[in-house]
Amino acid sequence: MKLIDLIIIGGGPAGLAAACQAKENGINNILLLERENVLGGILKQCIHNGFGLQYFQKELTGPEYANEFIEKIHKLKIPYKVNTMVLSIQPNKTIITSSKEEGYVVYQAKSIILAMGCRERPRGAIRIPGTNPSGILTAGTAQKFVNIDGYIPGETCVILGSGDIGLIMARRLTLEGVKVKAVCEFQPYPGGLSRNIEQCLIDYNIPLMLSHTVVAIHGKKRVTGVTIAKVDEHFNIIENSKQEIACDTLLLSVGLIPENELTSQMGIKMDQVTSGAMVNQTLETSIKGVFACGNVLHVHDLVDYVTMEGNRAANYATTYLNNSKNLMKKRITVIADKGIRYVMPQYIDIGEKNEKITIYFRSKEIYREKNTIVKCQKKIISRHKNLRLMPAEMEKILVKTEDISGDTIYVGVDTND
Amino acid sequence: MYDIIIIGAGVIGAFVARSLSVYELKICVIDKHIDAAMGTSGANSGIIHAGYDAIPGSLKASLNIEGSRKMEKICSDLNIPYENCESLVVAFSDEEKKVLEQLMNKGKKGGIKGLSIINQEEIRRLEPNLNRDITWALLAKTAAIVSPYKMTINALENAANNGVEFLREYEVLEINKENDIFTIKTNKEKLRGKVIINCAGVFADEIAKMVGDKSFKIIPRSGEYIILDKSVGPLVNRVIFQTPTKEGKGVLITKTVDENILIGPDAKVISDKALHETHSDAIDYIYKKGLKITDKIPLHKSIATFTGVRATPDSGDFIIKESISCKHFINVAGMDSPGLSSAPAIGDYVLKLVTPMFLDITMKKNYTITLPTKKYFSNMTVNEKKEAIKENNQYGKIVCRCENVTEAEIVNAIHMTIGATTVDGIKRRTRAGMGRCQGGFCLPQVIDILSRELKIDKEKIQKGDDGSYILTRRTRV
Repeated sequence: MKLIDLIIIGGGPAGLAAACQAKENGINNILLLERENVLGGILKQCIHNGFGLQYFQKELTGPEYANEFIEKIHKLKIPYKVNTMVLSIQPNKTIITSSKEEGYVVYQAKSIILAMGCRERPRGAIRIPGTNPSGILTAGTAQKFVNIDGYIPGETCVILGSGDIGLIMARRLTLEGVKVKAVCEFQPYPGGLSRNIEQCLIDYNIPLMLSHTVVAIHGKKRVTGVTIAKVDEHFNIIENSKQEIACDTLLLSVGLIPENELTSQMGIKMDQVTSGAMVNQTLETSIKGVFACGNVLHVHDLVDYVTMEGNRAANYATTYLNNSKNLMKKRITVIADKGIRYVMPQYIDIGEKNEKITIYFRSKEIYREKNTIVKCQKKIISRHKNLRLMPAEMEKILVKTEDISGDTIYVGVDTND
Repeated sequence: MYDIIIIGAGVIGAFVARSLSVYELKICVIDKHIDAAMGTSGANSGIIHAGYDAIPGSLKASLNIEGSRKMEKICSDLNIPYENCESLVVAFSDEEKKVLEQLMNKGKKGGIKGLSIINQEEIRRLEPNLNRDITWALLAKTAAIVSPYKMTINALENAANNGVEFLREYEVLEINKENDIFTIKTNKEKLRGKVIINCAGVFADEIAKMVGDKSFKIIPRSGEYIILDKSVGPLVNRVIFQTPTKEGKGVLITKTVDENILIGPDAKVISDKALHETHSDAIDYIYKKGLKITDKIPLHKSIATFTGVRATPDSGDFIIKESISCKHFINVAGMDSPGLSSAPAIGDYVLKLVTPMFLDITMKKNYTITLPTKKYFSNMTVNEKKEAIKENNQYGKIVCRCENVTEAEIVNAIHMTIGATTVDGIKRRTRAGMGRCQGGFCLPQVIDILSRELKIDKEKIQKGDDGSYILTRRTRV
């Protein structure tokens, strides 16, 4: 069994950033594990531009963005293995892998960074009624068919969900001569970035139907059409608004779920809302020396933020490996309070030294001109004014550890002002 | 010329074929679909009932009890996932307890062992997640669960290994009989045979009509289901039924052999037998009925919904006999619940009906009643995994991440005697695509492997029946 200081699981943007950063921090005995045949993760199939504006201050395509890191991996001579699937991780950080080339290989890690990314929600997760023909696929799968394999999955298409992948695919398929008849969005506001609404839908005259959903799928063998309907403000279907659209394909862009089989199998405490691990401010999970970053922890808005979190995870793993940790004196639980869907981290470990801690959060709905407040023992210890809070955008607020008393702090929207 | 033509490659057709396959007879199984288990056998609860439901003395009762007794051995012989997980019928009142007692007495008369009525305390101990207002339950120790599509496919594979032909996409259009020989007109060539066994499921009445037999009618009743992700864990450890009413056995919750949770079915008479459609009101209904058993159902963890259609006979009992209007035409029809549980017993029952129709029937010199043991990679021990990869490195490549299905298993599924030719065929044989991402990641790879192994273009790869293509053309270059 090989002993490795730091094993990073997943060669997408989070894992790539973490590997490079850890190496630059002086950790030499690293291994990066990737199950696909090349590094890059989902960036490989995102051939559109718009990546890197935050992190590189320049606009890149997905493969270009990934390449910035892949080149660095090679330059820094960071060991990695592709076509290698992690089958399981034991709580003592034994990692079991399998590959065609090397068979069944077991590693012992001193520390682990989990960076497995996320997957798309399928039809069954939202239980769209109707028949079960071919022609129903998630936007990301369609993107893989088109951009990696070079095949078109259908000729006339309706897209459910206005997440960014759905919007990007509306444009991509249109450019390939596919008729995209509509993008339906359950919510009264779009799920993706405003620039994607402009550049992918409006520029191509693709109708965006807000407060609309698919209520039935038709066709015995291949999709022959879908019935869509408007929903009211309580998301109830308005019966007389039903209309059938003929199409041979339904693409779904209805949300992402962190891919945490390995995490939960190894007994790490999970957050039911994020579907990711519960972590402290050092991105450390409930198992010491096991860190999580990127979309496996919680779904991010931009890949740039994933990279930054990957870097942070590497820094904390380095601290852990160097035994230079700020010794924990007390654990504080961070609670998502009024108007907040989730917080990250879920715990703050207060040590000997004082720290300034950034708490990331998403709101449950849209708020305008509201304060976000952090309270402990009924006292407000931090306040931040937001012009606009919306679920699609991650926000943050700072707290100082010396201000915290008691063992719980609450992050909420101050709906009184 | 066939000695026997079996119409329908569902679980009944498959087990009839298996029972007959050990004899020196030329047999084929024909189906209008591209694969086995594409009707009711592919979409049901997967439960092996203990056998107390049916009226004592009925075919349903005796074949269920016999099938249930044989099941464990057959599943082990045929490599079919099986678990003797037991079942509970839960009651909410002393009134309902009386129904449980009736069921128990009925079952005991039929010779079913391991039936008892248990109290709240015992229920709590066995099934901690059940609702507190459940006061009594009938425990059936012999109840079990299986993978119904694996059961069908593996039984047919066994028959095929003994020489039975499986003719796919053969739709029966007309049946004629002259000088004791049947001629079946299909969408392909004509087939001639001495004996026809009608195992056509929901379409059995239509097939029987082709030989002038209008003695029964199939009333198709749909049942919808919700499947929950494995990560839900053991919400229930057994099959949990509610006390039956006039409307039937009602909504149940069970774990599956693959450790998902299954909730359903409802029951609705439908007009289009071939339309397997789900409806939001039906899904709401089964969810609400399921909540009566346990209020802890995490609906947000659903990964799929599906509909199966029961082949309910107007007569009430199974119809397994030579047609009154046509000699050497045997109906094996009306296989609603407990059809799956009874299937192995039905195979042997039909054998007894058929053998007198042939003179000097002898057993084959070489035949088998087993399939080679093949574990799913995900169920192998560490050493078995190591060995498997060493022997065939395609075991080292995980294709379906959710269910840990390897490339080797997919390739094997394609090259077995009744090999998979479609994406759904791979799914039913290996579970690739049945996990929580429902094929989001593995679909492109499964298409690659099918295309490579079958040497056909990717555009020709289908989900299921002809017309269910997945890709339409190449991208512009």
